[in-house]
Amino acid sequence: MKFLQPLQETMSREQLRDVQGERLRAVVARVYRDVPFYKRKLDEAGVHPSDIRTIDDIVKLPFTTKEDFRDNYPFGLYAKPLSEIVRSHASSGTTGKPTVVGYTKADINLWADCCARTLVCGGADRTSVVQVAYGYGLFTGGLGMHYGVERLGAMAIPMSGGNSKRQLMIMRDFGTTHICCTPSYALLLAEVAEEEGFDLRSLGLKAGYFGAEPWSTSMRKAIEERLGITAIDIYGLSEVIGPGVSSECLAHRGLHVFEDHFFPEIIDPVSGKPCPDGEKGELVFTHLTKEGLPLLRYRTRDITEIDHGPCDCGRTFARMQRVSGRTDDMLIIRGVNVFPSQIEHVLLEIEGAEPHYQIIVDRRGTLDDLEIQVEVSPTMFSDEVKKMEGLRKRIAHDIHSTLNVTAKITLVESKSIPRSEGKAKRVIDKRDMN
Amino acid sequence: MKVQQISIFMENRAGRLAAVARLLGTTGINIRALSLADTSDFGILRLIVDKPEEAKKALKANSFTFNVTDVVAVQIPDEPGGLASVLEALQAQNVNVEYMYAFVEKCGGKAIVVFRFDDLDGAIGLLQGAGVRVLSRQEVLSL
Repeated sequence: MKFLQPLQETMSREQLRDVQGERLRAVVARVYRDVPFYKRKLDEAGVHPSDIRTIDDIVKLPFTTKEDFRDNYPFGLYAKPLSEIVRSHASSGTTGKPTVVGYTKADINLWADCCARTLVCGGADRTSVVQVAYGYGLFTGGLGMHYGVERLGAMAIPMSGGNSKRQLMIMRDFGTTHICCTPSYALLLAEVAEEEGFDLRSLGLKAGYFGAEPWSTSMRKAIEERLGITAIDIYGLSEVIGPGVSSECLAHRGLHVFEDHFFPEIIDPVSGKPCPDGEKGELVFTHLTKEGLPLLRYRTRDITEIDHGPCDCGRTFARMQRVSGRTDDMLIIRGVNVFPSQIEHVLLEIEGAEPHYQIIVDRRGTLDDLEIQVEVSPTMFSDEVKKMEGLRKRIAHDIHSTLNVTAKITLVESKSIPRSEGKAKRVIDKRDMN
Repeated sequence: MKVQQISIFMENRAGRLAAVARLLGTTGINIRALSLADTSDFGILRLIVDKPEEAKKALKANSFTFNVTDVVAVQIPDEPGGLASVLEALQAQNVNVEYMYAFVEKCGGKAIVVFRFDDLDGAIGLLQGAGVRVLSRQEVLSL
């Protein structure tokens, strides 16, 4: 099986542009009519839906940002009444409230198609046994890929994340051929397998679909060697749909963006002007077909470049390179989006706490380690060890319940975290991402 | 009857203890008693010094995180069972010892032990009622 939907995935660039233009006209007209936020935004920008004729007119449209999600929490950006929405997912917001996304029945179908395309990109077919080790829940990873496996007609094993020994047992006993998880979890599985004394390479594993966190070329090599598989880089974010936004094919020349549904642009993050092919900039997406939550020119804050040239695999969809950075300070820790502002928010809730903290991210072994150093202010300080330990536990607990990530809390002396002029250096990321 | 104790927050890394000791030394402050409570990541240094006000000033100027806690200094017979009898008197009345440590020097053949209690005033009354000598602030500072 070469393509899931050959007509769409291999149509000529000209034809694709026509399809994109037609869909853009429709979606702009729809959000102008149905989403008060966009009516206001377009009016303010002096753009009327009738100004949009071809896909090139997209540059006339205003951008949408993550802050717009926060301002319209939870359902303000939905373009359909809740009676038409069949599911909502959520990811981290910059402070307090999560970023909420909604899907109609047609969106769920479209999503399943895109995830099934992803699976076919990496060589899976109806006979495949696909172990989905992304988390199932509010996070889009697990359920997104799960529906893709079922759409393809392969067999899904809905493992969700964690419990490595059980993952390995099922992998061996069920004859898993493809696995979906974060790259760091793939390496952890390899480590546990080595401890348990069985060779992952002797199983029938063929390929893995890895995404949801940044990874390096050396990690990719390690995964391919230790698991004996082909590693496929996949990309997605809940605001756009979840996994299934773009995927590498077996030619490994970048990630094909499923641009009949998600129109990609690369812009200069400062000026907002479009960047030509091969130039790095911020990735921006416009929904062409989504019903529940169509966004115009959503700024992902991810930095990459794009190539519209042909690919050996036959797909005509443009290819983006692996994301090389962020325009904001968002961190991805064990697949979870973390903003330093969320951590600050938690600390400020603690009586007497000063917002002097530093976040240290490292990758010891295979999984990301998050350490938060918090300066002890005189009001937080007690001369009793049990009270200080209690304070540390409380911070750790509050961080965990807000971020859903376990952090090691280290209490440090006041003024020991370097102060800098202007923006404080809050994050030290020691992970090697090259 | 209460004595001021200075408690300092310290990261568990080399040289921190020496830094405090040196600072107090150069300021001309003498340490009368001390205890160090430590965990894997941090420590709490508790000090009784001869010039608490000057010590506070110096610590503040050097950005140390510290606070001042009232503690009780008690004279205990320097003989087998001396400490036990005091502790038993406290236990009989359910007074909880948060922590305790001994003084560097003796006072007229008696040992001196510093206590932190959950109920400081209650404990002082109780100890005096049981015939245990509680040292005044002046006595402690002039040791």
